[in-house]
Amino acid sequence: MSDKITLRYTVTTEDFTRAGEASGDVKRKLKKMNVSPAAIRKVAIAMYEGEINMVIHANGGEITVEITQNDITMTLADHGPGMQDVEKCMQAGYSTAPDNIRSLGFGAGMGLPNMKKNSDEMTIETKPGVGTTVVMKVLIES
Amino acid sequence: MTVADAAKILDAEILCCEEAADREVHTACGSDMMSDVLAFMKDQSILLTGLCNPQVIRTAEMMDIVCIVFVRGKRPDESMLELAQERGIPLLVSQHRMFTACGYLYDHGIRG
Repeated sequence: MSDKITLRYTVTTEDFTRAGEASGDVKRKLKKMNVSPAAIRKVAIAMYEGEINMVIHANGGEITVEITQNDITMTLADHGPGMQDVEKCMQAGYSTAPDNIRSLGFGAGMGLPNMKKNSDEMTIETKPGVGTTVVMKVLIES
Repeated sequence: MTVADAAKILDAEILCCEEAADREVHTACGSDMMSDVLAFMKDQSILLTGLCNPQVIRTAEMMDIVCIVFVRGKRPDESMLELAQERGIPLLVSQHRMFTACGYLYDHGIRG
């Protein structure tokens, strides 16, 4: 694996059952590339949480995954309402998810904290009324 | 303990991926919240849940969960079975309630 590999996905909100398809695809591709299991686990968890968020909160969006020899960078750009208070959203247990989402097993207020925990770098850019872009980088330990 | 051993202990029916029943399991996690599973679960685990939707299978895929046990007799539908088969994750159904199912596994040496 010498060059950079870029993968692109569109996340739609039409069907909640499909949320996670992009993350699963990335996970399987990384496995084929023989990336370390620890890095794959971090990428899978961080991206899946992000993908679920895009479906629950944000009217979908686009995910770009860039894979180099040293790291994996996931950029999740959504079409959602943006975050009013990023700091609050980063607190474990804080959630704005409606009850119907909780009945599907999500919305415990663990998504963003868990994304941060599983990435080596994470930045959030958000504009209320426009959308949010989350960039997460996972380093590949040699 | 293997998946097959766990099935026996929980009086559970194995619905798919029986060929993976000899896989080893060391720990387990019981939760209906996939958010918590994604935040707290360890490697080589059994997931016990009363939640029955495709996101349970997706969560299991991300976390490398060895097998899923649906408690309280919850039965996955055709689309979930298909997804689990594609991903190679055995699905089990036990009539026991969550607390009882977790207790039986704990009794046999499985820890959280």
